[in-house]
Amino acid sequence: MITSSATVTFDSLDLDCGVTLALVDCAYETYGTLNTDKSNAILVTHAFSGDAHAAGEGGWWGNMIGPAKGFDTDQYFVICANVLGGCRGSTGPGSTNPATNLPWGMTFPVITIGDMVRLQKKLIDHLGITRLLAVAGGSMGGMQALEWAVTYPDHVLAALPIATTTRHSAQQIAFNEVGRQAIMADPDWQGGNYYDRRPPARGLAVARMVGHITYMSDESMREKFGRRLRSSDEFEVESYLKYRGYKFVDRFDANSYIYITRAMDIYDLTQHGSLPSLFENIPTRFLVISFTSDWLYPSYQSLEIVSALRSRNCDVAYVNLQSAYGHDAFLVEVKEQTELVGGFLKSTLREATVGRK
Amino acid sequence: MGVSEIYGRSDYAIIGSLVEPGTRVLDLGCGEGLLLSWLKENKNVNARGVELVGAGVQKAIARGVSVYQGNLESALEDYPDGAFDYVILSQTLQETRHPLKVLQGMLRISKHAVVAFPNFGHWSMRLAHLVTGRAPQTPLFPHEWYDSPNIHFLTVDDFESLAQKQHWRIERRIFLSGSKEVTLLPNLTAEVAVFLFTAS
Repeated sequence: MITSSATVTFDSLDLDCGVTLALVDCAYETYGTLNTDKSNAILVTHAFSGDAHAAGEGGWWGNMIGPAKGFDTDQYFVICANVLGGCRGSTGPGSTNPATNLPWGMTFPVITIGDMVRLQKKLIDHLGITRLLAVAGGSMGGMQALEWAVTYPDHVLAALPIATTTRHSAQQIAFNEVGRQAIMADPDWQGGNYYDRRPPARGLAVARMVGHITYMSDESMREKFGRRLRSSDEFEVESYLKYRGYKFVDRFDANSYIYITRAMDIYDLTQHGSLPSLFENIPTRFLVISFTSDWLYPSYQSLEIVSALRSRNCDVAYVNLQSAYGHDAFLVEVKEQTELVGGFLKSTLREATVGRK
Repeated sequence: MGVSEIYGRSDYAIIGSLVEPGTRVLDLGCGEGLLLSWLKENKNVNARGVELVGAGVQKAIARGVSVYQGNLESALEDYPDGAFDYVILSQTLQETRHPLKVLQGMLRISKHAVVAFPNFGHWSMRLAHLVTGRAPQTPLFPHEWYDSPNIHFLTVDDFESLAQKQHWRIERRIFLSGSKEVTLLPNLTAEVAVFLFTAS
């Protein structure tokens, strides 16, 4: 698989909050080869804690992207960029504010899913691609896929919002707030000014532990841990969560956690109009997938999207996949998603090539 | 007269022949999307489907057909008026809770409706009922009464009479016995009836 990794810096990016950011980095990776008419490009958008490294060794969707996989890199040119606000190469609160030469910290402006997508659009323009074959992502990645379809309908042939929603429920906001509060309660957080000293590792680890609970299901936790003990005074599940929490600290910035979860919470596609009205005359094809045991992004949220699309007679395929893995299912249920995504992309490409009536 | 088959189904072949090329088609209860993918490839239609069973939906989407997983009776309500040229209901009418509502819904969202259903008036049914005195079990209706998906039993004449009452215009009627088309006394001889009809 032909792979490349790069960072492009844009002069400026207009944000929804009214601020214009100067010198914005966008770290991205690509897999496969862009064809001569640039018609085989797929943007894969990552979830909350992901990064640009989607495929290959250790890639967060490595089981879905590659030769003969769901996103077949022998046929498609797959792009993945770290989101705005992230801490894995793209500009975020840990980056240096060019005006002060200091890390932004909590002075970083409030960002939105729309801002993330605007930066991705700049990247796609930079790569000389006018129309993406597809935008695909799960969870927060699904929000970006939806945002792409609504904001740039003529630049996306197909959208694959997976295990996602058009807006967070009170429950989803609540879990994110617990994570943010855990970080801010850590004395090492220091109002976000910790870049020259010890980061708020304990708070960030606790935030991640809560997150991991919401990604699993009762059934998958029972199967994975049950009541097994790790040692005489520690359950297996406790040990697992601590391990996950502290491992996360090595690769994630606490302020990015705050900014990105905030972007997810304030995201509301319907603030621009009712869902059906937003989907009016959208030529984009949709493949919407939810998972039966996903209680963090329950299937009713996907069905809201699907019903609105159908009410405007948009081209939408939808399936509620049987899975015990909870929200993690979109990263784990490979076999089913490979068939679904593979077939859907193939027919999208075929229709784009022969043209539809 | 013999009828050709699509995927071993003569009702598919008949429906396939009724649908004009380049149209918008919705198949209710489309299973694995075989008919839709055939129509897509051979008639270049814009193909959509509704199917309740997840495994069928997965196969249909993998085939490249846009299928929505849901109950067809409630699914009908979401579509706007006149969204399709053809709505197909093949071998499912007898399984719906509110058949009349379904048929009316089909005509609301589509110019033409196509239904195919097993004819409960076929002589073998009548004979089985007469002779055994029990809920008839035949190759056409193979289920025991207690685990049959069929909840409404109708005959060719029942459908004709309903169409008349509802002022629907029947554009084509095709009757099958096995893979043969029959014309004589269809209420007695047809195993499967296919109707193409439209609101008057």
